Amino acid sequence: MRLIKAILLRLVTTAVTLFGVALIVFFVIRVVPGNPIAMMLPPGATDADVARLTALYGLDKSIPTQFLIWSTGVLRGDFGVSITNRQPVLALVLDHLPATLELSALALFIAVFLGGTAALIGTRLRGTRVEAAIDVGNGMALSVPDFLWGLVLILLFGVLMPLFQISGRITPSLTLPFSTNFYLVESVVRLRFDLTRDLLSHMIMPAMGLAIPLAAIISQLLKQSLKEVMHLDYVALARTKGYGETHVILREALPNAVLPTLTLVGVQFTFLIGGTVIIERLFSFEGLGNMAIDAVINRDLPLIQGIVILFAVIFTAVNLLVDLCYAAFNPRLRHG
Amino acid sequence: MNLNRRSLLQLSAASAALGLTGLPARAAIDELVIAFNVDLPSWDPTTGPSAVNPTIQGLYQSVFDQFILQQPDLKPAPGLLTDWGWSDDKKTVHMTVRDGVTWHDGSPFTAEDVAWSLTRAADEKTGNPIQFIWSTLANIKADGNKVTADVARFEPTIFKWMYFLTGYVLPKAYYEKVGAEGFEAAPIGTGPYKVEKFERGAYVRLQANANYWGGKPDFETVTIKFVTDPAARVAEVESGNSHVTLEMPYEEYDRLKGTLNGVAHPISDIGMIFLNDIDVMLDPNVRKAAVVAIDKQTIITRLLSGYGVPIDTLETPDYDAYDASIKTPYDPDAAVKLLAASGYSVDKPVKFTIQTTKGFKPKDYEMIQAIVGLWRKVGIEATIETYEIAKHYELRAADKLAPAAFYNWGNSVGDPTTSTGFAMFGPSPHSVWDSQDLIDKIGPLWGEPDEAKRIQGWKDVDRYIAENAYVIPLLQYVQPILSVAGVVVTPHASGALLPHLMKRA
Repeated sequence: MRLIKAILLRLVTTAVTLFGVALIVFFVIRVVPGNPIAMMLPPGATDADVARLTALYGLDKSIPTQFLIWSTGVLRGDFGVSITNRQPVLALVLDHLPATLELSALALFIAVFLGGTAALIGTRLRGTRVEAAIDVGNGMALSVPDFLWGLVLILLFGVLMPLFQISGRITPSLTLPFSTNFYLVESVVRLRFDLTRDLLSHMIMPAMGLAIPLAAIISQLLKQSLKEVMHLDYVALARTKGYGETHVILREALPNAVLPTLTLVGVQFTFLIGGTVIIERLFSFEGLGNMAIDAVINRDLPLIQGIVILFAVIFTAVNLLVDLCYAAFNPRLRHG
Repeated sequence: MNLNRRSLLQLSAASAALGLTGLPARAAIDELVIAFNVDLPSWDPTTGPSAVNPTIQGLYQSVFDQFILQQPDLKPAPGLLTDWGWSDDKKTVHMTVRDGVTWHDGSPFTAEDVAWSLTRAADEKTGNPIQFIWSTLANIKADGNKVTADVARFEPTIFKWMYFLTGYVLPKAYYEKVGAEGFEAAPIGTGPYKVEKFERGAYVRLQANANYWGGKPDFETVTIKFVTDPAARVAEVESGNSHVTLEMPYEEYDRLKGTLNGVAHPISDIGMIFLNDIDVMLDPNVRKAAVVAIDKQTIITRLLSGYGVPIDTLETPDYDAYDASIKTPYDPDAAVKLLAASGYSVDKPVKFTIQTTKGFKPKDYEMIQAIVGLWRKVGIEATIETYEIAKHYELRAADKLAPAAFYNWGNSVGDPTTSTGFAMFGPSPHSVWDSQDLIDKIGPLWGEPDEAKRIQGWKDVDRYIAENAYVIPLLQYVQPILSVAGVVVTPHASGALLPHLMKRA
């Protein structure tokens, strides 16, 4: 009952947060320099032409009036029409979201796998050169930003050894049987592993670029948590019972040490989605991040608003999910 | 990052084992793949911001035809219109439409399509940004293969706009049947390629139009990938993933042109510095000193690896009103004297702000840094302020630019009205220098019916501008294009990269 109450309270605060985000974004992007009409003015346009185009895109009204019109539309599910793409914003955003979610999920999977493995190996071989090598590797991974990893990967596996595709999400010449934009998921569900392979060939490098810094963070935190837990009495008891070190780490220490990492993974996932903006641009990946950059360059106000609102929804939803998972894993929270 | 022979071999073996590559072979080109530098937001070439984006025009011209064809040297040629002109009294226009052309859906192209496209372009409700030009024609009628219209306001460049921004012919019957949304989803034109598949933000796949009136293109299938990052574009063509790419850093172009085919051709874009008629720029000595203190050729040689053509007016050698006799040569001694006459020196420099983009055009910021360095030597202390291009447009439209502001100007029809005219005519929202003397000189040229007199008039204006230093023209840009062996690219002086002009070697 307490859990349901907490969830309801969280949903209310989420709604308030989203309204606040919408309000700020709407006003800020209209106040900062760069107006979409000035962007499309041809040579020779007169003041009358400027006024005509301004009215055509509804920018002649006061900002509060524009906000009222827009927010009323949003409540009906109408986020407006993109100025540059001339398509409904909601459809555009929902079309591109699956690509970003799949890329982020793959990056997260890689980060958890690499970071978790490194942490477990580092803990198992603590005090040896292997642990030192893992620490050095973590330091390197953290000190290089994701887009630079992307460039290194392009050079290594795109040009020098062309293992993977450099740009795009899928080979254009392929015939796609998909009914949703979750290409990777659908290719697996439909058992079209030829398409899965092609999709992965496009996704591996951007996903790795996103995953490497996150893997280092996961590795460091999990290793530290494991180290702390390894000194506790119940772990010592497990050892005296005769369990091997690997068993002790995996079965006794890991379940307790993983909780802070789980919280971190949740928080980092939202940052991971934010990080796709640069990585998607670099790899010309047709996700939300790439579209966001174009929207900002072109001052496509309705599209910027739609993307930011969607990002905000994802961020709050992921945070909510993490809190719920934390409650489910943590007995103290579950039982009050 | 060091790689040894063993690791290279191991990774190559891993590549073969995984079978992940699926990359196109370098030898045979069944499907031409182009790594293009911009995305295509919309398929309507007559409305919205895409319609006035010069870089996107190459994509539009692959699918749609313009009223009049523009050749690679910017000159007009018969296209969908085979003949055009004014009546002797300039009160009507007449056009003849090409016979035997079909739309991509097989339906016949007619004079009705031309009349409808012109009428639609002139309708302010459609949101055509060039509506103010198209609305100079009225009462547009089709009869057989002829189209006629009344001249509501004489616009000497109307036929030039027919191969410039938004000058495209769209299918009347098809558009009315499917509507704007249907057209976005499945666009058709009369152009050399048909749209087979389009993934917004990713690529467009084109199939050759076998019935194209200009002859079937060499490459049956063309995929244009939107690769906006220059490093990724270079990697695309270097790895063999793509066969053609453009607009990479000149250093990368020089590095790769030995192993790949390289074409570096001057295009109709220019780099310039707007001067605003405010503050110290009201002093002619300061303006003139700022002009002659810039060593354009050295800047091009050092910063742009020699890829650029110095210019002294806003007309490039391809433009109709280019006059080679107008010169503003580099003369730092003269700059020092001019500044001294106004009481300025190296010890007591004249100060102002210069605005520039950073990374919008090749080495834009670095060029301004170099110019500021040259200015400092003669007694000009300029402070650099960077801004986004969107801010430039807004400031320019509001006439709030700094005393000096770097910008690039495109004019792919080469007419002086669309270069000097709109850039320097005070009442235009694009002009920055708004002095009355210049307005008086330019004003009568807008409606001048005598073409020779009109062009000479613009040459005179360019000379007057150069003598008074109302603007600082810098250079004509050169567009670098790289292609793999087996593809021969014909560059277009407008900067449009056109797949149908690419041939098999």
